Amino acid sequence: MKIQDLCSLVGGTVVCGESRLDDNVEYAFASDLMSDVLTVKIQNFILITGLANIQSIRTAEMSDVPFMLLCRNKEVTQEMINIAKENHMLLVRSPYSMFRCSGILYSAGLKPVY
Amino acid sequence: MHLEYNVEGGDFTRAGYASSQIKKTLKQLNVDATVIKRVVVALYEAEVNIVAHAYRGVIYADINGAGIQLRLADEGPGIADVDMAMKRGFSTASREVREMGFGAGMGLPNISENADNFSIDTIVGKGTTLNIEIKF
Ligand SMILES: Nc1ncnc2c1ncn2[C@@H]1O[C@H](COP(=O)(O)OP(=O)(O)O)[C@@H](O)[C@H]1O
Ligand SMILES: [Mg+2]
Repeated sequence: MKIQDLCSLVGGTVVCGESRLDDNVEYAFASDLMSDVLTVKIQNFILITGLANIQSIRTAEMSDVPFMLLCRNKEVTQEMINIAKENHMLLVRSPYSMFRCSGILYSAGLKPVY
Repeated sequence: MHLEYNVEGGDFTRAGYASSQIKKTLKQLNVDATVIKRVVVALYEAEVNIVAHAYRGVIYADINGAGIQLRLADEGPGIADVDMAMKRGFSTASREVREMGFGAGMGLPNISENADNFSIDTIVGKGTTLNIEIKF
């Protein structure tokens, strides 16, 4: 799925990483538990989460996750944006809940990790 | 190559800084991406443990052509029952730690899973030292 299309599907606004809008992503993992995200073995998936803090960005960094979808329009601090930019990550905010985002993207063909 | 980083207990805004720096170094050394991920996932969980459970600590990383040797030595409460702490789901983490996305008792088991060699030395009331080795 093209990131650009994914963004439109969830009514998302890009916070940073616009240059990656043409990238493709095949898998997604949705969680607010970062320890669980860190058990995912594959790279290059999109992290769908309601947890917007330094630790969720760091978790994406350590997991080699280039794309992150923050549900319910969670606030993003400048420090989070700085870490995301440093790692060439794309951050998108959606007004929808994690359930709704996941449902839409699953139906549209994004694959689950497990 | 030898690297050292100080880690402050309770400082969640900086948790992950050392892991991030070591990740950058491994990338520059052209280490395989799946190996880097194993290293930094184990290291990050261990770094978060110092922040979450100890007072302060030092991360030592030794890198050579064969692999990376990590030592995380902290001053803290220590671990009374290591076998129990290693069990998936066991956690004494505070609410603050859980709000950060940790504290589900999955850190130590995941470190063990990603490491080629892993050991814990701990003295109650003094501190804990983790030794993590990952081969390239
Ligand atoms: N460096 C440490 N110092 C003291 N206790 C620790 C340390 N690391 C882990 N522990 C203990 O082991 C438990 C399990 O750790 P872990 O598997 O990482 O889960 P979590 O950090 O989510 O609680 C912790 O809750 C804590 O009681
Ligand atoms: Mg932990």
